[in-house]
Amino acid sequence: MKIEYYIEGGNFSTAGSASSEVKKTLKQFNISPLLLRKVAVALYEAEMNVVAHAYRGIMSVDIQPFCIWVVVEDEGPGIEDIGKAMEEGFSTATEEVRQMGFGAGMGLPNIKKNSDEMTLTSTPGVGTRLELSYFVKLNN
Amino acid sequence: MGTSLNKLKEELRYECLSGKEWLGTTADGAYVSDLLSDVMGKAQPGMLWITSQVHRNIVAVASLKELSAIIVINERKVDQEVLEQADSEGVVILASGKPAFETAGELYRYLIR
Repeated sequence: MKIEYYIEGGNFSTAGSASSEVKKTLKQFNISPLLLRKVAVALYEAEMNVVAHAYRGIMSVDIQPFCIWVVVEDEGPGIEDIGKAMEEGFSTATEEVRQMGFGAGMGLPNIKKNSDEMTLTSTPGVGTRLELSYFVKLNN
Repeated sequence: MGTSLNKLKEELRYECLSGKEWLGTTADGAYVSDLLSDVMGKAQPGMLWITSQVHRNIVAVASLKELSAIIVINERKVDQEVLEQADSEGVVILASGKPAFETAGELYRYLIR
């Protein structure tokens, strides 16, 4: 089962709705609460990155019997230095975004911690693609 | 074990701004932060969240993270649309009417006694 959500860049008032929808959908499957929370945290952070930095993006979630694949792809300024972006505390968020409590430089590290596999690629000036995978263990 | 939100609200004289129907749930510990990613990364499900943030994104964080309630500090005013969203997502928002230090201190004493 594959579901796609549109994410609007810059719109903080609807931000978080894609990850909330995914969580609601995943709840209908027999997925452990721990895995559900990991997916929810990672997807929320990914969604907020699109909202805070990009123009628009698509979050697609593919739910398979033993794994969950997530791709979050955006059109935006991209990331100049991925190694730097992965460092805890590094952020290029605007002052306005920071005042809302975002842009603490913890989003990408949180995503990494809350996924089984993470691949981040970006073309500066074009956009960013984030791939996450989760392995659904039986009896967990 | 956890403490009932209802009892906590009465004893610490919090005002309930949203999610009144969920006051029967229990709270287990608390986390203080105004950084949303910090809460996303470090808070545990069932915890109370003490914050001065009052914009609508706090509702999504509390809901996704399955926190027991948000406690807004001082006389922070929460917009009606935020409260409505919280009601629709079953997120309890309490107001302490006190600064973060006092709020956390009282709560700490209350929760660990």
